[in-house]
Amino acid sequence: MKRDRLISVLTVAVAMFAATAQAEPDPQAGETVFRACKACHQIGEGAKNRVGPHLNDLNGRTAGTLDGFRYSKAMQDAGAQGLVWTDETLDAFLADPKSYVPKTKMGYRGLKDPQDRVNLIAYLARFSPDAVIHPSNAGYDLDPAILAIKGDVEYGEYLSGDCKTCHQADGSVQGMPSITGWPEEDFIVAMHAYKNKSRTHPVMQMMAGRLTNEEIAALAAYFGGLQ
Amino acid sequence: MVKLNRRLFLGTSAAALGTLAAPAVMAAAHGKPRVIVIGGGAGGATAARYIAKDSDGAIDVTLVEPSRTYFSCFFSNLYLGGFKEMDDLGHTYGTLAAAYGINVIHDWAVDVDPDGKTVSLAGGATLPYDKLILSPGIDFIDGAVEGWGVEAQNKMPHAYKAGSQTELLKAQVMAMPQGGTFAMVAPPNPYRCPPGPYERVSMIAHVLKAHNPTAKILIADPKEKFSKQGLFQEGWNTHYAGMVDWVGGDFGGGNVSVDPEAMTMTIDGEKTKVDVCNVIPAMKAGRIAEMAGVTDGNWAPVNAVDLSSKANADIHVLGDSAEQGDMPKSGFSANSQAKVCANAVRGALTGSTVFPARFSNTCWSLIAENDGVKVGATYEATPEKIATLEGFISQTGEDSATRKATYEESEGWYSGIVADMFG
Repeated sequence: MKRDRLISVLTVAVAMFAATAQAEPDPQAGETVFRACKACHQIGEGAKNRVGPHLNDLNGRTAGTLDGFRYSKAMQDAGAQGLVWTDETLDAFLADPKSYVPKTKMGYRGLKDPQDRVNLIAYLARFSPDAVIHPSNAGYDLDPAILAIKGDVEYGEYLSGDCKTCHQADGSVQGMPSITGWPEEDFIVAMHAYKNKSRTHPVMQMMAGRLTNEEIAALAAYFGGLQ
Repeated sequence: MVKLNRRLFLGTSAAALGTLAAPAVMAAAHGKPRVIVIGGGAGGATAARYIAKDSDGAIDVTLVEPSRTYFSCFFSNLYLGGFKEMDDLGHTYGTLAAAYGINVIHDWAVDVDPDGKTVSLAGGATLPYDKLILSPGIDFIDGAVEGWGVEAQNKMPHAYKAGSQTELLKAQVMAMPQGGTFAMVAPPNPYRCPPGPYERVSMIAHVLKAHNPTAKILIADPKEKFSKQGLFQEGWNTHYAGMVDWVGGDFGGGNVSVDPEAMTMTIDGEKTKVDVCNVIPAMKAGRIAEMAGVTDGNWAPVNAVDLSSKANADIHVLGDSAEQGDMPKSGFSANSQAKVCANAVRGALTGSTVFPARFSNTCWSLIAENDGVKVGATYEATPEKIATLEGFISQTGEDSATRKATYEESEGWYSGIVADMFG
């Protein structure tokens, strides 16, 4: 390799590194990162608690205190001990949720890229006081007919045998996500996401892959009724 | 949680006090259908629990299991590797008795009279049943490895029924001289836990790498290929380069004999002095299946739809002992089969809804610290057998985060299946 080319390559590399390290928060990019969160969290006007709590007015909220959401004991304890969501605490939590709040119910492995976290936090900040933007419930774009199927709880209980080899029937986490007490619609959306392989876990793709729309509804009805 | 019926609870306590004599009388007094489950592992404990839980006291369930503490064979390799304590693998039957009203009898079932529909226990009791569920696990085929018999299992442990044998093997590995040889005789198909011997090699290698890095591992294997072979061999090259020598069936690995006194293993005429020798012999159904008259050859053929014996409609066989088709012999499989069987047995005895059979299995294996892999499939019942629907396997070359997540997932599965078995 010619010396001048080597230098130019190095220069570009250094410039790229510097650019990465010093990049401004980009809420637009954060919105893209947030797609992974949408399966469980809503944000924006009309956002409701789903599998996870809604994220409006998150900045300044004491952890585990939103009315109407059933938090893990771990998250409630963290709040009682003074954990308040700020840019800094969110950054630490999102990097490795299960280290920051051990036994949190949030079944998310963590966001390793610091820039992704900065962008995501900037996006979330838009929904703190005074910032009202359009609701964000994409991902819930299943055929309404599928969401409307009434699940057979007794059949769901039988089918749940497949799930309970790994997931705890009492809703505790113990290394596998808690799947009890979910809003039925969220359960159905999640299972269809595994079935159509837009969620990536191979065991869950396999388990969901054989389920019919009626069977998914049955499981949602059964697990939705477990506390 | 099951609703406790006071009479059932008191009856169970009385049975526990007068363990051997009470059950037959109790069952008759209640006039309820009686299910006896023999074997309290992944198949039997799950079946007993699901029948008791879902019938809400309408069926008398008796579980016959000689051990007061069950040590799971699954994860026992992780004990060998130093990732689990033996206590982590031990589970007791108290909740099944106290919360589910199951009559747990710690005794050996020594005979079955399929015509009179009774089970005889070593303690002398005879128990009547309407449906019998056998989940006795495996026994070893006599003379399967030349030179080895159960009388030699202290010199050359099998460690394929977890507990004292596993602890013995671990102690022997820790006492190996520097640069010594760990030998394994791997079993022919079919056998309990297809990746088990190779996960064990990985875990032993992990321990040796830390304590005895110049030691060698020599495996004599009658098979020409084995479960997750590509993943294991990749892992052995990555983590334990030069330590593991696998001699497969195409290189004489099946032509093996051992001498427990001299501590030698001879593969295809070539004798090697070894320091530890883990002999995992060829397997067959637990002996009680043979005594119940439901075996044909080494295993008990069953109907896929409800795990009922092809020889006797009132006897069901679960897990390792069953010859059912495509499912591997694993704790996960036995647990999955148990739930289908429980649903069918309950339907036959109480008229509850019988839903279509469906099965699944996933086997996780640990190759090194935080290097977990998995293989799994779903299955359906056909008139001929339990047949594979769809499967997956971990890929070679996966990143370390994926492998770590797979290992962590296996720990979640362990907690899940244990809760599903024992309540």
